[in-house]
Amino acid sequence: MTTRELKIKSVEYRKKILKYICNAGAGHTGGSLSIIDILNVLYNRVMNVSPDNFDDPGRDRYVQSKGHSVEALYVVLADKGFFPEEDLLTLCRYQSPYIGHPTRKVRGMEQNTGGLGHGLAICAGNALAAKKDGLPLRVYTVLGDGEMAEGSNWEALMMAAHYKLDNLCAVLDYNKQQITGANADVIGLEPIRKKIEAFGWAVCEVDGNDVEALTETLENLPIEQGKPSFVIAHTVKGKGISYMEGVLKWHHGVPSPGQYYAAINELDTAFQALTEEKIGV
Amino acid sequence: MLDQWVSTGKKATRDGFGAGLFEAGKQHPEVVALCADLVGSLKMEAFIEAFPERFFQTGISEANMMGIAAGLATGGKIPYTGTFANFSTGRVYDQLRQSIAYSDKNVKVCASHAGLTLGEDGATHQILEDIGMTKMLPGFTVINPCDYNQTKAATMAIAEHHGPVYLRFGRPSWPVFIPESLPFEIGKALLLSEGTDVSIFATGHLVWNALEAARSLAAEGISCEVINIHTIKPLDEEAVLDSVSKTRCVVTAEEHNRFGGLGDSIAQVLTRRFPAPQEYVAVNDTFGESGKPDELLDKYGLGIKDVIAAVKTVLTRKQ
Repeated sequence: MTTRELKIKSVEYRKKILKYICNAGAGHTGGSLSIIDILNVLYNRVMNVSPDNFDDPGRDRYVQSKGHSVEALYVVLADKGFFPEEDLLTLCRYQSPYIGHPTRKVRGMEQNTGGLGHGLAICAGNALAAKKDGLPLRVYTVLGDGEMAEGSNWEALMMAAHYKLDNLCAVLDYNKQQITGANADVIGLEPIRKKIEAFGWAVCEVDGNDVEALTETLENLPIEQGKPSFVIAHTVKGKGISYMEGVLKWHHGVPSPGQYYAAINELDTAFQALTEEKIGV
Repeated sequence: MLDQWVSTGKKATRDGFGAGLFEAGKQHPEVVALCADLVGSLKMEAFIEAFPERFFQTGISEANMMGIAAGLATGGKIPYTGTFANFSTGRVYDQLRQSIAYSDKNVKVCASHAGLTLGEDGATHQILEDIGMTKMLPGFTVINPCDYNQTKAATMAIAEHHGPVYLRFGRPSWPVFIPESLPFEIGKALLLSEGTDVSIFATGHLVWNALEAARSLAAEGISCEVINIHTIKPLDEEAVLDSVSKTRCVVTAEEHNRFGGLGDSIAQVLTRRFPAPQEYVAVNDTFGESGKPDELLDKYGLGIKDVIAAVKTVLTRKQ
């Protein structure tokens, strides 16, 4: 998929995220909009995983440690063909498998997550098993910035560096906000780069809402041989919807019908600009 | 039958774990082991020496160890985690719940130094709530073997069982009385001695105390049926009912808080299917302290005399 196609995908994904969250009347809107470009690049450009090879032990793995932004992951998995997209009309409803956090009841989902601070250790274990078995697969996780306060993450960071798991990549969805407020006000995360480097990981920073920059980074892993890779993806919570960007209430907020149509209009305009750009070329 | 179960010497159940882990490693190439800096305490040296590439030291990071184990299981391994019982449960309960139980990961959580009998380290390390915590997790199998041989056999058996297991054992030297050749059947109660007056259901170290109590009571003309419940979950309900429908009264014995342990599991079955008077030999909702194993068992009401007293009490309540 080309960069322009990825950009178009991101707009389409944002529309779908809003559609299904509004239909459900629940969801993690802001976080889903900040993570979506990372998932787009991982699933459409970087990872070797699809419905055809999902049972193959050699497939690449993705575990969403920040499980709350599951709506974005559902939209991407549907687009990859793991299940019919219209299933998402049951999101968060009684008896639906599409519950509020990742579950393996949904095909394409590698791991049940939700409570924070779990995904990185699981991914490190999976990467360790792959190394022992000589499988060339890579294991990816996305961590939330608020989630970095969980001590279990720092245990797993030590472990992964000790075992030189350079087949492991953690991406930090660094939108600088969590449910209570700015990370910096809740519990300071900085200097995050120095901290992770001090734990023995190779670190790089990237614009996490720029699919081109993400592709460049994620297609060239590991950052350093013999070290696990940590990608600090600077993102914007609510990215793509101007009235949501950086506004705390959209952590969990569901747009009203009027707000929904305003958001769709904004995304349609972005979509149009991208397709015109394509025609121009 | 009571005379059949004689002590052939003393060994720690944790040594049985170490021996069983080594055998499981030989039999199953998928078996891997992890330890949070307690290799010597868990007696894991033989496995590590034989299979260094299949052992992962995690350092003192138990939550991480459970997550790593879940990830290794995803990669097709059969991970055995080794640390003390309190660090295997209370410290990492969310990992057991979300990353292992809810995700149906084939992880064997192997826990030494359970209960009061670890002795000198005292209350922080003497977990008495771990059976309750683990049996409440959907999908978990909970096993508390009674001696060296049974622990060794259980450690080998769980490799062939798919699903999360909590295997609980202890530190002290303890009588060995189960024959080495006796196969371990998960979920199957072991009838040690037939009796007619009272059913004693015991698990872990307290099985020996139950046998000793039954021998003493036999001399007084009281006939005890002694049943070893090594698998607390899934519980062998039919074995419980078969016995209690005959004896019509029950004593349960365990090295655990009276809330949430074996006694409550038995009581729940009887309440539903065959109500009968029951006495608990268990710790009465308190924390432990330092001391020798026998001193502590006596002080906290888990001694042979306490089993005898419980039998006599329950017989007065029998209708």
